[in-house]
Amino acid sequence: MSGGSYYVPSTSKWPILGSLALGLMMIGTGMVLVHDRGTPIMTLGLLAVLAVMGFWFRDVVKESRGGLYDAQMDRSFRQGMGWFIFSEVMFFAAFFGALFYIRTFALPWLDGEGAKGVAALLWPEFTASWPLMSPPDTAVAGPRDTFSPWQLPLVNTLILVASSITLTVAHEGLKEGHRDTTRNWLFATLLLAISFITIQGVEYYEAYVHYGITLEAGIYGATFFLLTGFHGAHVIIGATILAVMLVRVLRGHFSSDNHFGFEAACWYWHFVDVVWIGLFLFVYVF
Amino acid sequence: MAPKLPPHHPVEQSTSATAGGQASAHHAPPRGILRWLLTTNHKEIGSLYLIFSLIMFFIGGIFALVVRAELFQPGLQLVNPEFFNQMTTMHGLIMVFAAVMPAFTGLANWMIPLQIGAPDMALPRLNNFSFWLLPVAFLLLLSTLLMPGGGPNFGWTFYAPLSTTYAPPSTTFFILSLHIAGISSILGAINIVATIINMRAPGMRMMDMPLFVWTWLITAFLLIAVMPVLAGVITMMLMDINFGTHFFNAAGGGDPVLFQHLFWFFGHPEVYIMILPAFGIVSAIIPTFARKRLFGYASMVYATASIAILSFLVWAHHMFVVGLPLAAELFFMYTTMIIAVPTGVKVFNWITTLFRGSITFEPPMLFALAFVVLFTIGGFSGLMLAIAPADFQYHDTYFVVAHFHYVLVPGAVFAIMAGVYYWLPKWTGHYPNVKLAQWHFWLSVIGVNLTFFPMHFAGLAGMPRRIPDYALQFADFNLVSSLGAFMFGASQLVFVAVVILCVRGGEKAPAKAWEGAEDLEWSVPSPAPLHTFETPPTFQRHEH
Ligand code: HEM
Ligand SMILES: [Cu+2]
Repeated sequence: MSGGSYYVPSTSKWPILGSLALGLMMIGTGMVLVHDRGTPIMTLGLLAVLAVMGFWFRDVVKESRGGLYDAQMDRSFRQGMGWFIFSEVMFFAAFFGALFYIRTFALPWLDGEGAKGVAALLWPEFTASWPLMSPPDTAVAGPRDTFSPWQLPLVNTLILVASSITLTVAHEGLKEGHRDTTRNWLFATLLLAISFITIQGVEYYEAYVHYGITLEAGIYGATFFLLTGFHGAHVIIGATILAVMLVRVLRGHFSSDNHFGFEAACWYWHFVDVVWIGLFLFVYVF
Repeated sequence: MAPKLPPHHPVEQSTSATAGGQASAHHAPPRGILRWLLTTNHKEIGSLYLIFSLIMFFIGGIFALVVRAELFQPGLQLVNPEFFNQMTTMHGLIMVFAAVMPAFTGLANWMIPLQIGAPDMALPRLNNFSFWLLPVAFLLLLSTLLMPGGGPNFGWTFYAPLSTTYAPPSTTFFILSLHIAGISSILGAINIVATIINMRAPGMRMMDMPLFVWTWLITAFLLIAVMPVLAGVITMMLMDINFGTHFFNAAGGGDPVLFQHLFWFFGHPEVYIMILPAFGIVSAIIPTFARKRLFGYASMVYATASIAILSFLVWAHHMFVVGLPLAAELFFMYTTMIIAVPTGVKVFNWITTLFRGSITFEPPMLFALAFVVLFTIGGFSGLMLAIAPADFQYHDTYFVVAHFHYVLVPGAVFAIMAGVYYWLPKWTGHYPNVKLAQWHFWLSVIGVNLTFFPMHFAGLAGMPRRIPDYALQFADFNLVSSLGAFMFGASQLVFVAVVILCVRGGEKAPAKAWEGAEDLEWSVPSPAPLHTFETPPTFQRHEH
């Protein structure tokens, strides 16, 4: 930077439009949930949010490729992304915390265990178990059956772990300047991501149709869909980011020493992967 | 708080652009309303935050006065109980999320770049986004009051199942608006951390940073850590309400107490989010007007950090009476008491800074001194509440209301006002009117104590909180509280007058507006030009 001065980005219309779009989407969602109408507003809001994100990132990419950003800006982006992922970790931590609390405290207490056992007076017949097949109140129908972790969930685990490896190979390729390696392995990662999502879709179908695991099926179904659902949403977001990266690689973006966009996508993908390991262990296996 | 904005200098803008590239060189910054909608300037965004916060402070204040008017006498006179509940709830939500938090973020935006010698925040566009999410969020929240069934009526802590099974239909909108506010806080906090870690003037080490910067760094960390937990718990509420899950319903194997654990895991760090930056402001003001270095700089930093870490381990002190196992009661009782140690270190340091100083009592100092005394009262009542067996008696009474209003009103809010009086000369180039500021101060101090001190007695005598009617023996305490509340509310109009007058004119302030002030912000002109530190300043270290 000449004269050691700082780079300060120019004004942009995307932030304000983004907040309006988000507001529209939330109002639409609320209307759909509460009043059963407002789907157009919700859809419009969602599309507007996506559009704003697209344009905003496009501007950033343009500026970055125009050489406008200095090393300091790069560090700011890195830290921003790092702390954002930390906030996501805490979001999942809340859900894992809920799962552990239910399993170790709430259900045994409802069954009359320990000093808090008075809760057992509510439903004397109730016996705690995990997965919880018969919820305390008979009005709540529990699941009929549960998954074996060693079928689809194991396959999905292997897929995600593999995808982390292929992505790392792609990243190494970029660092070495082998664009073809990057393209091929990134493409493989994307395929793995899509198969994960597909398998998860199949699993949800089986959960609802064959196993009776639903959102309403007591706390097991609720925690199951909460954790896998938000994880799945993050996989979809991550896969979208990877797809964008693939397009950018095809267009010749990124150089071997300047590719933070790509690296950020890798960080995010590894984060999604690690969350899945936690899910596999505590939602499926144990 | 609205600073008088210096004219935009396109010349300065283009110097910065040639340094970085051509993007901004071609078009002059937008004018009129667009300038405010699009701004990426930390000073303008800081002002937006502060103005927003002031407006919300009055809206939340009006809700509080509705509550106090109803409680003026025993019996039901002005509002029906349903509306009363909406008023207590909205008062709490607005004050916490829309008044106190944005005020501190506004101060952070204005002052952190100036105090660390940075040209702006690290991620300026994200900064604009964080701000403009707030009006969207809180318009949506306020609009719930007009929806069928009324707005949120379950208290600012929105315990399930009051907020799920028995909640008004508008609760879904409440949840969504809180999501927007949460996104705003997280992004704002990420920006602040990146700014502080990354944008300090060359030569400024972490342990050279002013305490306002330190306390905000730690606050931002807390925000990034716990706002997502709040997002998680309200998402679970949303699902219980709309998708038939049983997270907080024992019939399906869930547990309403789970809600409280998750909420307070967010909620207790949240109260420190509202007080740590206040500590930073007071730690700037007291040395300035005592004309001494802050006593124990390093211990202040370590105390702040330990408060932050401990704040993750005390949440269940809000839940002593839900029926925790004995081991948990003891654990949370002791950890809570331990927090009083670093807090005590801070109070000790402030008092020691004052000791043998040459003290003058300018308006910021008045508020800072009142802070030290009155916040400490709140700290002591906190210690009383921390004793689990005693809390069985105090819980859900007006004693708790007295406690947290002492830490939040003459605590957080006074510190914000102290900060505004302290930095107004830097923002506007004028000193605030001293006579009016003194009126504001004394009316506020008397008003605050009249309002909240009697609540201790009412609470100890057993008056429950969040009830629109009360037994006759509490009548006198409540009468005094209500009078004090109206006095406090009215005296804030004086504050607005001081701010507006100060923006319009007044005694001119030099760059270093206060004789004893040391930090970097006093090296730039008053009013601070729109762009400062476009080339990094040289930082002069002085030993703390
Ligand atoms: C020495 C430090 C402190 C201690 C030991 C302490 C202790 C406590 C305890 C035990 C309670 C629960 C009382 C009950 O519900 O029965 C409580 C409530 C509360 N405290 Fe503190 N506190 C301290 C400092 C603070 C600070 C600095 C703030 C905020 C700036 C704060 C804000 C609150 C709030 C908002 C509540 C009530 C929440 C509600 O139920 O609506 N406290 N405090
Ligand atoms: Cu607390």
